[in-house]
Amino acid sequence: MQDPIKLGLASGWKHIDASTLASGQTIETDVVIVGTGAGGGVTADLLSDAGLRVVLIEEGPLRSSTDFKMREADAYPQLYQESGARKTADKAINILQGRCVGGSTTVNWTSSFRTPAEVFAFWQSQFGLRQLSVESMSSWFAVMEHKLWVRPWDTPPNPNNKLLATGGEALGIDIGHLKRNVKGCWNLGYCGMGCPTNAKQSMLLTTIPAALDRGATLYTRLRAERLQVVGSRVSALDCVALQADGIHPAGKRVHLRARHFVVAGGAIGSPALLLRSGVPDPHRLLGKRTFLHPVVISSALMPDRVDAYAGAPQSIYSDHFLHQAPIDGPLGFKLEAAPLHPVLFATTLQGYGEAHARLMRDFSYASVLLALLRDGFNPDSRGGQVRLGGDGLPVLDYPLGEVIWEGARRALLAMAEIQFAAGARWVTPVHEGTTGYTSWPEARKAIAELPLKPFICRVVSAHVMGGCAMADTPQRGVVDHRGRHFWLANLSVHDGSVFPTSLGVNPQLSIYALIARNASLLAAELSGRPAPLIP
Amino acid sequence: MIFSRRQFIRTGLAGGALLSFSGWLNAAGARALSAAEREMLAAVCSAMLDGALPRDNEQRRRWLALTVDGIAGEVAGLSLATQKEVGELFGLLVVAPGRLVLAGVSKPWREASVVDVSEFLQSWRSSRIGLLQGAYGALHDLIFGAWYARSDTWEAIGYPGPPQGFF
Repeated sequence: MQDPIKLGLASGWKHIDASTLASGQTIETDVVIVGTGAGGGVTADLLSDAGLRVVLIEEGPLRSSTDFKMREADAYPQLYQESGARKTADKAINILQGRCVGGSTTVNWTSSFRTPAEVFAFWQSQFGLRQLSVESMSSWFAVMEHKLWVRPWDTPPNPNNKLLATGGEALGIDIGHLKRNVKGCWNLGYCGMGCPTNAKQSMLLTTIPAALDRGATLYTRLRAERLQVVGSRVSALDCVALQADGIHPAGKRVHLRARHFVVAGGAIGSPALLLRSGVPDPHRLLGKRTFLHPVVISSALMPDRVDAYAGAPQSIYSDHFLHQAPIDGPLGFKLEAAPLHPVLFATTLQGYGEAHARLMRDFSYASVLLALLRDGFNPDSRGGQVRLGGDGLPVLDYPLGEVIWEGARRALLAMAEIQFAAGARWVTPVHEGTTGYTSWPEARKAIAELPLKPFICRVVSAHVMGGCAMADTPQRGVVDHRGRHFWLANLSVHDGSVFPTSLGVNPQLSIYALIARNASLLAAELSGRPAPLIP
Repeated sequence: MIFSRRQFIRTGLAGGALLSFSGWLNAAGARALSAAEREMLAAVCSAMLDGALPRDNEQRRRWLALTVDGIAGEVAGLSLATQKEVGELFGLLVVAPGRLVLAGVSKPWREASVVDVSEFLQSWRSSRIGLLQGAYGALHDLIFGAWYARSDTWEAIGYPGPPQGFF
């Protein structure tokens, strides 16, 4: 298997692993981009294509297919924030988020959805984002779908996903086949540990190599510490090098001057960088309204082997329960399957001792559904808040209130009913207070009365959004519809932190398309060329 | 008991009184686990992993040691802030007052039975204090993470491991 990253490095790409720096550096360039995930990758591609000199800053390491061994013990520490154990401040929500070149796009499960029409409509009415609509964004979606091979997935779903289809069809619940950003996928099922066959068209394999081919510079193991603000402009970015472990500071600093600064560190990292930098925030919006698509989990045992570790992790979904009430009513939820690997499953599963061991012995018969709650639309669902810890690094508070638990209960009921309808012999919510149920009537009665509270009901997240919300005015947003900061003329935010609500869909394609638009507008401005004619 | 625990948590964790015992971090970064921490973790592992660990005593000891090594490796992969919190948790559990009052385990860890430690885990798991529930969650995730990261635990759960041979 050829490793395109190794080949690129051999061809002379400018990659600097900051953990190896012998001394501090001062760099001058056109644009500095903080972060190499969905937003940073697309931005680097489009700005370098416009002839601008680009420097990318990544806190994680550069890893590629040669390193992707499909083993959790290697993948989580290398590729994820906090080795996959990033948590909210109270530890009640576990957050899966990438921390490597390509960001979460290197480790996501490839599920690709356009931003739903009702989400654009809500943004228009509540945040004045009249420029963004299904129509105005359709070309940008088409461009990015083409570029990143977002296509229907024709291979039959694995048994774990098939269960959602079977159960849904039996109950008259709408299900759909999702699109994936893969090219020549082998259907192995290890997307979450980095694609070993270079099939996933992540930023690691597409936009970042394109930018590096054009002479962009990539720093890894470099943490963006503080933007220096002079008047209404950012003058420089100060960064600290990390040691090879990616955790301890190495003592070297890199100082970057540029015409323009793009922050794309994700919805936890970006607000934190702006908070550390003390950028103007007169309306106290920065870091607020952080959304997670809080996920509750239902685990089933099937009569036959499921082998949920094998095959495309997600191929079937249901939006049925997103459409039962108005978008700002009781929380809707999206249903998807979850791939199971030993560490991911064992750490998520409730209980300990013999009870846990017994569930693990049935690992290959287990099937898991996820319900992603659509937060940020109901007036009581205001999400969380990113603030700075004592060490200046981000801490996320996300209170789990009644509006979340009410949706969680409906979701746990819906998932159990689907799993039993698909033939499950046993179903349990991932919850410390139950040992599971053997029939739908039993589950329906018990889940209706299950106490739902932090810790005893497992809540996880893989989608972090918001915190630098876009809006029409600085009274209700941090940036405008182009991602331009309201107060600092040469600062843009290009990642999922600009979403003023959650999305109700896996966010990668929404970020690709919006940032393709915004980076194209920025490229035109900075290079003095006419803006693109796509609306 | 619940009242005294809560009081302890307030004076201990919030007030920082006992934290001076635990100094997990120093300027050089995370240190290796102390002998007392290894003993405590082995005791917690034998209850958490009961049913997965081998019955044979010698084998059991060997696997426990490997799991404790795995936990040390996992902790080293966390952010410094989280390493500090985990260090505080371990530091509280290895001192006798912490073990007695917080965990409710009366015997030293090396003498505590699986039943003793299970009762402690259950009390934290079902505690009304979020800090203790979170601490149970940390032990749960670290221990099961360390255990199932090892390929020699996979046969027992019917997981064949990642595909091989085509790369």
